[in-house]
Amino acid sequence: MQKQLLAAGLLTIALPAMAETPVLTVLTYDSFTSEWGPGPAVEKAFEATCACDLQFVPAGDGAALLARIQLEGAASDADVVLGLDTSLISAAADTQLFAPHGKNPTTNLPVAFADPLFLPFDWGWFAFVHDKTRLPEPPTSFESLAASDLKIVIQDPRSSTPGLGLLLWVKAAQGDRAAEIWKGLADNIVTVTPGWSEAYGLFLEGEADMVLSYTTSPAYHLIAESDDTKAAALFDEGHYMQIEVAGKLAATDQPELADRFLDFMLTEGFQAAIPQTNWMYPAVTPAAGLPEGFDAFRPAKSLLLPPEEAQAARDAALAEWQAALAR
Amino acid sequence: MASRARPLSLAAPALAALLLALVAAPLAAVAWRGAGLSLGPADWAAVRFSATQALLSAVFSTLLAIPVARALARRSFPGRGLLITLMGAPFLLPAVVAVLGLLAVFGRSGLINGALTALGLPPVSIFGLHGVVIAHVFLNLPLATRMILQGWLALPAERIRLAQSLGFTPRETFRHLEWPMLREVAPGIALVILVICLTSFAVVLTLGGGPSATTIELAIYQAVRFEFDLSRAAGLAGVQVALGAAAALAAWTMARPAGFGAGLDRKLALTAPGGWRRGLDGLVLLLAAAFLAMPLWAVVLRGLPGLAELPAPVLPAAGRSVLVALVSASLTTVAALVLALAAARRPSPTIEAAATLPLATSGLVLGTGLFLLLRPFVSPMSLALPVTVLVNMALSLPYLYRILLPEARALQADYGRLADSLALRGLARLRWLVLPRLARPLGFGAGIAAALSMGDLGVIALFAGERQATLPLVVQQLTGAYRIEAAASASLVLVALSFALFWACDAGGRRAGA
Repeated sequence: MQKQLLAAGLLTIALPAMAETPVLTVLTYDSFTSEWGPGPAVEKAFEATCACDLQFVPAGDGAALLARIQLEGAASDADVVLGLDTSLISAAADTQLFAPHGKNPTTNLPVAFADPLFLPFDWGWFAFVHDKTRLPEPPTSFESLAASDLKIVIQDPRSSTPGLGLLLWVKAAQGDRAAEIWKGLADNIVTVTPGWSEAYGLFLEGEADMVLSYTTSPAYHLIAESDDTKAAALFDEGHYMQIEVAGKLAATDQPELADRFLDFMLTEGFQAAIPQTNWMYPAVTPAAGLPEGFDAFRPAKSLLLPPEEAQAARDAALAEWQAALAR
Repeated sequence: MASRARPLSLAAPALAALLLALVAAPLAAVAWRGAGLSLGPADWAAVRFSATQALLSAVFSTLLAIPVARALARRSFPGRGLLITLMGAPFLLPAVVAVLGLLAVFGRSGLINGALTALGLPPVSIFGLHGVVIAHVFLNLPLATRMILQGWLALPAERIRLAQSLGFTPRETFRHLEWPMLREVAPGIALVILVICLTSFAVVLTLGGGPSATTIELAIYQAVRFEFDLSRAAGLAGVQVALGAAAALAAWTMARPAGFGAGLDRKLALTAPGGWRRGLDGLVLLLAAAFLAMPLWAVVLRGLPGLAELPAPVLPAAGRSVLVALVSASLTTVAALVLALAAARRPSPTIEAAATLPLATSGLVLGTGLFLLLRPFVSPMSLALPVTVLVNMALSLPYLYRILLPEARALQADYGRLADSLALRGLARLRWLVLPRLARPLGFGAGIAAALSMGDLGVIALFAGERQATLPLVVQQLTGAYRIEAAASASLVLVALSFALFWACDAGGRRAGA
């Protein structure tokens, strides 16, 4: 009796494997796979063409993704990692767990970006978002923000990728003056939150005049809530970019399928889902163009440190930031 | 002797060992993977700040709870029962929801600053160390009040009658009745609050105001996620556990059994002194109720507008969360009862440590360690719910243990010998002695455990699969997707369900214990 039960149990476990639908496992951040992220649409579109089962495994946010990959090492079940960003690329490359993609796609990024291991799938500019009705004339530079008595909320660079982005933004824009800028900003910063959503929530609750977010944030309020009061302040020194990328793991057991997914990533079926789920610019502009509001706040100048420079600048910039803000 | 206590004498050490293993094994796994333990120079600042804010939070929560609990114990007024039940609510709020509720009162555009501005006074800011302590007091004062109130209600009527016939003044009543009770109950309560605040993450970071408010848990985050420095993460987590252990030891040496002896269970309230003391009690209750109710009300108001259009995934996620909560609350209740009964028979530092230290573990290190330990054998995704249940159990057990322990001690002191001489043991003892006499704290504790397991995100992040989201995770996904209003409504559902579970267990316990 017990043996029969055991056999039946083993059969149920074995059956899906015997059906031999190849499974592509994509490790990504949590909000990508959620009901409100691009995941569901992307899964449907890719599975329609690949004769495979696309499985997303959520793993926290971008920084948690990298830690997860390092924890799993070469034994990872994942085939593709999707959702690292430019400030993490260098550390990710150092793990030697990723394989070259060997592709040279055309994208609509405002800066040249070519990496042997990672392909971009979306991007955005960091910006301070504010409410036009309460703040009709926002500052136009870090300097004027620091001189003002406006209250801002930012994210902690030690736990959040936008927070780290701001650190690199100030560094890229101000260079040696970064420490001075942070000292000037110290009395403007109401608080530093662990992640983006806490900061944005505080801003919407009226705890601050401005919040560190993206130039595309106002478009969400415009499209989803028909609210055109939110705006992104454009800074003269330019805006730092976040480029989100995906890469193939060297230890994948589905290398062809992983390649096909990376190709698919830059086609309409994936890219068209990005603007109104991730609220970022798609790496390749879809045929139908961008939704309304996406052209409202376009900085004249884009800033981006190359991955190795970003990695090298990080620790010193973090120390500067801590020293300036420790009151 | 040995035969009488056999089931307990085996179960309690086994449980204590399991809990200690749950603290030590993941930490060891992380340390082993990171090839050692290490600390950076900046980490000591984080240790100092963590300890300071936790100590302040624990002291203020416990001290402020004493007058509130006393007023509740000796006054009767309409709505008293409701107020006592509502006391459970703040503690059950997810940290981020609690912070937003507090900001509606203490924030820049909150009630208090609105009033100050209307009076022409400068606004006050809640961000900083004081904000962190206010938030922790808001979250923990109700729990402390409830636990101290249990102590007051457990004072035997005979002692109160004796005090009355001797004509005790309020001061003498305090010295001979209330102080010994507090001496037994309060250190344990302060300990639990201190340890929980030690590992507090989102509250401290959001209200802390900047990098000077860096806690150990944040340093662990940084070590794991940005530097992948597992030895430093393990070193920091080790310090956190050591601090928890030191606090547990201190509380253990400070607590003294009150030794009132058994009574005949007649109901008798303390004499309620009149005059200015009456007014003071009223004021204390009014202030406490306002402090606790206003942020709660703000949470309700924030959640109401979107309630009609709740996103579809909220419902199944809520179902999963309730299931997790019920299973982990049942397990926790059994485990805490076993440990508390064993500790009541014979004080044991091992049990004390096992019932405290899980709270001091870093969530991230616990999750990472379990992941490292389990992954070679099974797919982490298939373990998401069992791991959540296990971790919730370990993290809510300390509260339940603390709630049960004083009453289990009294039970053992008052009825232990009688029950032994009647050869009342095993299930019969449980059925006729233990469960009836501990029904009230068991119900309260099970309610706390169930509600905590509803709200706790715990370590699920590393184990979460595509379709296993619990309600807190859905709330997080909603805020991450700009859907702040839907998130507020989903939070309200979460809080309402937690509170319903808590209320059902608590009321059940009170009815069975009456």
